[in-house]
Amino acid sequence: MARKRTDRAKGTGGASTAVKTDLGLPDGLTIDDLVGCFTEMILVRTLDERIWALNRQGKVPIAASCQGHEAAQLGSLLAAKKDGKCFLFPYYRDLALKMCAGLTPTQVMMSFMGKEGEPYSNGRQFPLQGADLAHNVIQISNVVAAGLTQAVGYALACRMLGDDTVVLTYFGDGASSQGETHEAMNFAAVHQLPVLFICENNRYAISVPQRYQMAIADVSTRADGYGFRGVTVDGMDLVQCYEATSEAIKHARQQGPVLLEMKVERLMPHTTDDDDLRYRPRAEIEEARKRDPVVTLAALLIDQGALTQERVDEIKEQARDAIDEATDAADAAGQPDVSTLHDLVYAP
Amino acid sequence: MPECSVIDAVREALREEMRRDPTVFIMGEDVGQRGGVFLATQGFLEEFGRSRVIDTPLAEAAIMGIALGAAFRGLRPISEIQFSDFIWPSVNQLIGEAARVSYGTNGALRVPVVIRVPYGGGIRGGLFHSQNVEAYFFHTPGLKVVAPSTPYDAKGLLKSAIRDNNPVVFLEHKKTYRLVRGEVPDEDYTIPLGVADVKRAGRNITVVSYGLMLHYCLEAAEQVALDGIDVEVVDLRTLKPLDKETVLESVRKTGKLLIVHEDNITGGVGAEVAALVADEAFEYLDGPITRLCGPDVPTMPFAQSLEDAYMPNTERIAEALRKQSAY
Repeated sequence: MARKRTDRAKGTGGASTAVKTDLGLPDGLTIDDLVGCFTEMILVRTLDERIWALNRQGKVPIAASCQGHEAAQLGSLLAAKKDGKCFLFPYYRDLALKMCAGLTPTQVMMSFMGKEGEPYSNGRQFPLQGADLAHNVIQISNVVAAGLTQAVGYALACRMLGDDTVVLTYFGDGASSQGETHEAMNFAAVHQLPVLFICENNRYAISVPQRYQMAIADVSTRADGYGFRGVTVDGMDLVQCYEATSEAIKHARQQGPVLLEMKVERLMPHTTDDDDLRYRPRAEIEEARKRDPVVTLAALLIDQGALTQERVDEIKEQARDAIDEATDAADAAGQPDVSTLHDLVYAP
Repeated sequence: MPECSVIDAVREALREEMRRDPTVFIMGEDVGQRGGVFLATQGFLEEFGRSRVIDTPLAEAAIMGIALGAAFRGLRPISEIQFSDFIWPSVNQLIGEAARVSYGTNGALRVPVVIRVPYGGGIRGGLFHSQNVEAYFFHTPGLKVVAPSTPYDAKGLLKSAIRDNNPVVFLEHKKTYRLVRGEVPDEDYTIPLGVADVKRAGRNITVVSYGLMLHYCLEAAEQVALDGIDVEVVDLRTLKPLDKETVLESVRKTGKLLIVHEDNITGGVGAEVAALVADEAFEYLDGPITRLCGPDVPTMPFAQSLEDAYMPNTERIAEALRKQSAY
């Protein structure tokens, strides 16, 4: 059987700039889509910043920020939504992905506070971990890469049941070192399963930089070893992420797995419990902030005349109001009743 | 009723459930073309095809993780781990993930997965083909653990395990596969999980055991019966959930308890049974609860002399029973 070539033609990685000056949008993507993504991005960013404040106030025990990963997550999510037949296995840093898959800010805030009725686990797990089946999302645990074999199994079952779902499974550069990542990719390749492995490579596994994690520049080159397609894109560029995901979904459905690496920047510490200045030079973080997708996408949309600075300010104001409201509502919500401690250890 | 071996009973249970329910499928190492190293799936590839009988790469974590993912989509996977000793690479998926799915999704997802695990020693398997692994899974909320001793129980329990909506670790003692034979009805039947079975009724001493050791206990009971000691032998059959009532009821009757298993003594299933009886039937006891179990060495060694020294056997069980009786 013929194997797919590895094509990383777009692999400009961290060196490229997110802004496209000539806005030749890929098929199926409109400027309104981009405005929609920008509005979502602002809402997520506002919430992301708020939970750090709430953490310092003792109201949110733990949070992993997605700041810097938004373009990758929202670009790929838009492609999945437009396809309409995708199922997602995100990882712990996929706040933008999980939120914009269909949750309200209040639901997300309730999850961060561990409140009764939060949609993923009813307060049993870390924020946004468990399952949000209403929006086709599963993330069971914090053991990185454990979701990859599960995603492959999900895809196998879809094929056995005769539906043409494509499974998108997300992981970081850290998880790329796990043995299960290899097992998942190899099995998916053997069976040519419709799985899209999306690596959000921010070059840090908590504190360990990429050069101590792997001896290669691009995770996507590993696809060669499995006999399927590997692609690297600039994960700070939403249009590139959308386009690459869109193509990869089509490819995965027809011809089997794709490893899609999105080079991103982690703009915040690993979690609210981390201090990144212990291992990361301040200048590097400041440099990364220049490529913040919130800034570059705003600049692009203003440049294209799709937004004005006034409209951008309005969007930010509306986001602040929405997150204020969500914070109050989640704060006022009750905690799970202690009588439920023993419930559902076993499924009926 | 026709007679068959434990491995025949396992094969029949699998075949009947595969025929009954199209969402059941099998995956594991050598389960297809080879029919399994113990031939549990002999002829399945021909009958059910490659999509339902999947020969996997040698990758136990994937075998388990893929089963979970397929279960999330509504299928009922049966994963075969070739030898219990090879289960360790899959333990994150099993203990870390599968056991927590129902609880950790507040019931949104369930894991109707059976993990078939040939286990146990006495077959010159050495350190890596003899292991008893039950205690690790017995400790874990969210898992069920089954360890039948007879063909009849193996078939009925395996069918229940396949129909259960939770991850079930189904332990098949390798030495019983062809050694133990018994009558198994042709018609469909199930044995509920979590129900022990009194394999021999008696008045003087209760012996609690499972798997291969259950048969040694029955032999020992016959030996000491000649001395007038009337032993009741309880086969746990399902280790988790533990059938506390059957154990307690027996001890309340006999007043004495011996626990026998092949697994290491420390932190084993027997320790929990002992604690249960001490907690809930203390006033009925006429003597100390005793355990005859594998010693705390990693596994039974390869050399015949050392393997024999590890394994509890009929004579040692009979000796322990006489001692209990004399107390």
